[in-house]
Amino acid sequence: MGALTETRVIEASEAGFATTRFEALMGWVQKYSLFQYPYVTACCGMEFMAMASPRFDMARFGAEAPRFSPRQADLLWVVGTISQRQAPALRRVYEQMADPKWVLAFGTCASCGGFYDNYTTVAGIDKIIPCDVYVPGCPPRPEAVIDGLLLLQDKIATGSRTPAVVKPRTDPTTAEHNELVAADRLRLGKR
Amino acid sequence: MEPLDQDLEEGELEMPADPMSLNLGPSHPAMHGTVRIVVELSGETITKADVQIGYLHRGFEKMCERGTWNQIYPYVDRLNYVSPMLNNVGFSLAVEKMLGVTVPERSQYYRVALGELARISDHLTCNGAMAMELGAFTPFLWNIRAREMIWDILEEETGARLTHSFGRVGGMAMPPSKYFKDMVRATLPRVLAVVLESEQLLLKNRIFLDRLENVGRISKEDALDFGWTGPCLRSTGVPYDVRRAHPYLVYDRLEFDVPVGSTGDNFDRFMCREEEIRQSIRILEQCMDQMPDEGPMNIDDPRVVLPEKEDVYTTIEATIQHFKIVMEGIKVPAGEVYSYTEAGNGELGFYLVSDGSGTPYRCRIRPPCFAITQCLDKLIVGAMIPDVVPTFGSMNMIGGECDH
Amino acid sequence: MSIVVIDALKQRFAGAILETHAQFGDDTAVVDPDKWFEISRFLRTDSRCAMNMFVDITAVDYPDREQRFEIVMHLRSLERGHRVRLKARIGDPFGEADDDDDDTVQIDSVTPIWQGANWFEREVFDMFGVVFRGHPDLRRILMYPEFKGFPLRKDYPANKIQPLIEFRKVQEKLPPFGPDEGMSFGRQTHEYHRDDPQMIEARAKKPKSKVLLAPSQQKAPASQQKAAVTQQKAPSTPQKES
Repeated sequence: MGALTETRVIEASEAGFATTRFEALMGWVQKYSLFQYPYVTACCGMEFMAMASPRFDMARFGAEAPRFSPRQADLLWVVGTISQRQAPALRRVYEQMADPKWVLAFGTCASCGGFYDNYTTVAGIDKIIPCDVYVPGCPPRPEAVIDGLLLLQDKIATGSRTPAVVKPRTDPTTAEHNELVAADRLRLGKR
Repeated sequence: MEPLDQDLEEGELEMPADPMSLNLGPSHPAMHGTVRIVVELSGETITKADVQIGYLHRGFEKMCERGTWNQIYPYVDRLNYVSPMLNNVGFSLAVEKMLGVTVPERSQYYRVALGELARISDHLTCNGAMAMELGAFTPFLWNIRAREMIWDILEEETGARLTHSFGRVGGMAMPPSKYFKDMVRATLPRVLAVVLESEQLLLKNRIFLDRLENVGRISKEDALDFGWTGPCLRSTGVPYDVRRAHPYLVYDRLEFDVPVGSTGDNFDRFMCREEEIRQSIRILEQCMDQMPDEGPMNIDDPRVVLPEKEDVYTTIEATIQHFKIVMEGIKVPAGEVYSYTEAGNGELGFYLVSDGSGTPYRCRIRPPCFAITQCLDKLIVGAMIPDVVPTFGSMNMIGGECDH
Repeated sequence: MSIVVIDALKQRFAGAILETHAQFGDDTAVVDPDKWFEISRFLRTDSRCAMNMFVDITAVDYPDREQRFEIVMHLRSLERGHRVRLKARIGDPFGEADDDDDDTVQIDSVTPIWQGANWFEREVFDMFGVVFRGHPDLRRILMYPEFKGFPLRKDYPANKIQPLIEFRKVQEKLPPFGPDEGMSFGRQTHEYHRDDPQMIEARAKKPKSKVLLAPSQQKAPASQQKAAVTQQKAPSTPQKES
């Protein structure tokens, strides 16, 4: 992103107060009421179930309601490995969803194919459908997926369509990361 | 459309005579994501069914032929991904059978304990998912809560909740942590309480029982013929459990019963799994009492087990040992072996062929749910569409295992 | 225990049993493929064997051998508790059997004897191309029907893909995933080179993080550092003198 190179005066008629407020309102509404289509295939599905359960609770973020019909869903969770045989079905489901729609690649296999570098795996769903958020992990911890969900919600609020990857919050090789981990374990009662 | 007040004679009506074909597609909430069933219907009754699997084929057997024996553990984990430790243990035992070694006693107890924890979480997930597909969402959430308790133990021990890759040829990756026995002993009564609660919700429910009883029945002879094993076979009345018939690890020292059903319908499969959770809890309690607190974890063979890291950085012998095991792989004698253990779904077999080098020549998995799923089309023909859901759910087809 | 089965087989089919062994404790018999069906039926019906549990059927590819494939079947008896492994070596004597429609590699199907062999034989056909005569429904099971070739053969490259749908040209991945995007640390990539100006710039911009050092790697106290410096200087002075 470069520095601001030109300025433009926004006329009152083209982007008034009501319009931008409306877009912000629409973004807020959409991000907190995502109807998910869980396209679950493999092991990540277990972490998906764990995320939907009361401990990690997706429902707090409004993303709880699964809609198993693509026509009624706006967030496609691609959970697990997509094989070459499954690819046409994924493409079809994506095409059947109505705009606006977002895609979240849950897990390493969906993001980039994982360690299945073979004749039968699609190396990442972005070879088939455009993807908005990639959550790496094999399987990713539910906290990481919730990070991805929050990242997606930020993107929906700002209207950005550039893809993003969920990063770890701290660098595991640094001392501050280990201090955080030690403090966490102390809090949980483990010495 | 014709006006409603026009007289219609029955003989003039042309009703469609072709059977209706319905596709329960590969992306379906009740198909565990990876099975496609194409059915032909007459009304609501199924006349023909074609079960198509392979939507999660990830080339496990081809992947095993590249790399070394220890590099197979991550792949093996992702076969039956609801009970990964059982797969790890099964594969370890297969390679150790070829090497002709037995791991120390402490390691054996540890393998049994982690395996039984995985088995409990497998059965909890299967029964919970089946109940959820029938509309009972609460027992599913309770079972997942119990599963989280077990996964906390596994996370403390192995470092990962789900795909641990914790087994090694010749032992385990790490010895048990000092919290292991306390955590297990504290968790087991809580898991049992959750199981009791879900059963109380489900087993008196008329609708639940009607949907499961006498649906998806299979006879003993058919089940044996098709190669069924595990809880699905035991639900038909055959008391075959690999842990009893061919005891391995320390199962001969542990007391447990083998729950056996009678009719082979969905309800019996459900109950077999519920009872097996209780038996696994019993096994775990005995394991915690009998497991030695000290002792070696891995066998003492430098050709098989990696040395300690301090030695690798300070002595040359350990460096060479580390190098050879990691770069060339464990040299397993040439030949073939078939090793079987009781996994969550039944007899999990590994047929390994070695050519004497560190890379496997062929690593075949005999998936228990592959044999069970091939019977699905016979079970649902004659039943109605809603019966497909509990029948398929009670078979516990895990895509990673069935499609390997 | 399983030796009973091998003895019964040898007694009945003396000529067809080519080899037997019990490596690692598994009793195995290598049989003539023409007698495959008869032997299987004998194993099922004979009262000494009574192999009513079908366990597994698979194949192994030995491309160096004249008979390239080895079909391996495992069986178990519920009443007697014994197990046996049956093997048969088949292959085409005329060279490579690569073509999909080629059915030179054939063996009898045992599906009429155990219904459980159905899907296992379909899998062997799918992965190796072995045709089972008499199978009720021999078609691919794990791969899709449009797939050409047999993946588990040794001459099929592991990562040769045959996509069913056309892949997208992924362009949007490049701009946000520059060397400074994604993980800000420990990024392993083979696409960028150390001397790539983009990489150098990214490394310069990256904040220095405190990395954990092992005790041996930590900076030595000042006295030891001085000693190291003087030692370094010592060898250089003789050179100057000479």
